[in-house]
Amino acid sequence: MKNLLLKALIRKPLTEAAPAGGDLAELGRTLEQETRRRLGRSLAIRQVDAGSCNACELEIQATSNPYYDLDRFGLHFVASPRHADILLVTGPVTRNMEVALRRTYDAMPNPKWVVAAGDCAIDGGCFAGSYAVLDGCNAVIPVDLTIPGCPPEPAAIMKGLVALMRGAGETALRGKSAGFRPRSGK
Amino acid sequence: MVEILEMIAAGQTDFRTTPMPRHKLTKAQWEQAADDAARGHVSLLGLWATRGAVHMALMDPNSHAVGVFSLENRRKGFPSVARLHPPAQRLERSITDLFGMRAEGAEDSRPWLDHGAWKITTPLAKAAPREGDAPDYDFLPVIGDGLHQVPVGPVHAGIIEPGHFRFTAQGETVVRLEERLGYTHKGIDHLMRGASIARGAELAQRTSGDSTVAYGWAYAQAVEAALGVTPPPRAVWLRAIMAELERLANHLNDIGAICNDAAFALMLAQCGTLREQVMRAAHAVFGHRFMRDVIVPGGVARDIDSAGRGMLEGLVHDIARDFEPLVELYDNTPSLLARTVGAGILPVDLAAQFGAGGYIGRASGRDFDTRRDLPYAPYDKLVFKVPLRSDGDVNARIWIRIEETRQSLNLLGELLRSLPEGDVLVPVSPMKEQREGLGIVEGFRGDVLVWVALDARGRISRCHMRDPSWFQWPLLEAVIEDNIIADFPLCNKSFNCSYSGVDL
Ligand code: SF4
Repeated sequence: MKNLLLKALIRKPLTEAAPAGGDLAELGRTLEQETRRRLGRSLAIRQVDAGSCNACELEIQATSNPYYDLDRFGLHFVASPRHADILLVTGPVTRNMEVALRRTYDAMPNPKWVVAAGDCAIDGGCFAGSYAVLDGCNAVIPVDLTIPGCPPEPAAIMKGLVALMRGAGETALRGKSAGFRPRSGK
Repeated sequence: MVEILEMIAAGQTDFRTTPMPRHKLTKAQWEQAADDAARGHVSLLGLWATRGAVHMALMDPNSHAVGVFSLENRRKGFPSVARLHPPAQRLERSITDLFGMRAEGAEDSRPWLDHGAWKITTPLAKAAPREGDAPDYDFLPVIGDGLHQVPVGPVHAGIIEPGHFRFTAQGETVVRLEERLGYTHKGIDHLMRGASIARGAELAQRTSGDSTVAYGWAYAQAVEAALGVTPPPRAVWLRAIMAELERLANHLNDIGAICNDAAFALMLAQCGTLREQVMRAAHAVFGHRFMRDVIVPGGVARDIDSAGRGMLEGLVHDIARDFEPLVELYDNTPSLLARTVGAGILPVDLAAQFGAGGYIGRASGRDFDTRRDLPYAPYDKLVFKVPLRSDGDVNARIWIRIEETRQSLNLLGELLRSLPEGDVLVPVSPMKEQREGLGIVEGFRGDVLVWVALDARGRISRCHMRDPSWFQWPLLEAVIEDNIIADFPLCNKSFNCSYSGVDL
């Protein structure tokens, strides 16, 4: 363990500073700015799998690995919907998950945003039309942002969250809906 | 007993290259087969229905010969296999939900996949509109002093799949766990019906995302066997390269995640890093991090060039170098071992009874690996050892993964060295008659079985995919007994069963 820790001290951090034309670092900075502007400190995400094939979950988990390290931007996953600002939904929304998804959403305090991650959550993806699914998140709760992909890559998920924060920030500044609807009251 | 074994031996062909024949059984023979499975004379590999018939895939545990057996002309029900052989229970309950055929004599006839939320009932038979509200699910009663229940899920605290766990505890100790799954049921069997071969491949690879390659390959095997198609050697090698990359990525992820559930986050960060390297290499070489839609019946949809090959060689080298210090770290951290050693013990006899595959079976003495025991190209030409332990605890399941990670690295090196030249795809066309085929592939979690029936136009009339988790999930209920609730995440992670794979 000593050696490992020592090596970690000496070597360059894995966390990517600026791969592919400064994409990720730029992304991170924007994300942080937007998060701060919007919520002061940080943003809490509650993830719900509404019937995914589990690949979407794996990519969301990957945003926490040392390459992406989502936490450093003040974005973190929380266990309870009561602590969450963002509901990150995957899967085509199976009928068997409809109630659980709605209850999770209802348990979140306002303002709140819903992100549909992956083709399934957007419109049912390759499972659309089945008797057992509702063809996407919108059928149950209003979606603020979609992140396409099957599954979306970790970088795309991070980008999506930036877009959401931008939209939310603009909405707040202009005081009107710009396609992103911060939810207030019921 | 002799009868069924003889039938398996008599019908034995190489099921991966020729259509799979079916043995038609009488009711008495069907019951005999169930009894044989219960006594361990044959291993139950799968149990599924088509309209008006039920089928079992059985394996001779000694010769590893495989046969498919059918009981036909059954509209209303069939003699329960689970009555004698409990591992069949959830498969039967699913058959009842989807086809409306009752398992006669079954002890547990509660619905499984059908939670009462669909607008129809028995979607794979003559579907009828549902009447009335969803009934409450009756959890099994628990009687005793000082017991309390802890319901968990379907929405869990972490970023994982949904399912419900009903714990009954005495103080901190779990007296019983009852699982309730089915939340991710997407109706895949229904979507498969009438689908083209290509659409079937798309669905198969989205049945359990972490096993994209294993499902894609098992499905391709089944279709190729049904139609008598042999994929070119280079395609087969590329499939194996992808399968080992998938195993590598998942085992690395699991090792890190199990240790993390024992509050040792350093391991998650380190293993997560290695896993990310595998995913990125997969993306660079095969165009997708999960290598999705690369395997197609007839071969693979894309070839790799020498740069790709070099990149994978580099990956194998780097991971082999960086993984060993992590193994050492695991082995030399007493506080971590204190959590994993002796936790969640799966007894050897239960693993054998359920035919548990993968690291779960191999950590509890079940010496079975499809790659070796039901060999398919290119593994029939490769030399490798199947790790085996019998201590059956969380620690044992970690060590099996460690051994298999090392082995996958070796296999990858060998596969890359011996990659044959040539085409990677041959055409696949329908046979103007009904054809059936079976495919079995060793995924990271265990054996994935796919049985497919194609009509004369090459459309799928029925596709049944049996995830290894069918025979693993029920064992988790047994394993957690007498452990404390706080150790459940650890035990659960060490199993890492698929929800989506069994919910379908
Ligand atoms: S979008 Fe793709 S990866 Fe995500 S849940 Fe659906 S099938 Fe799986």
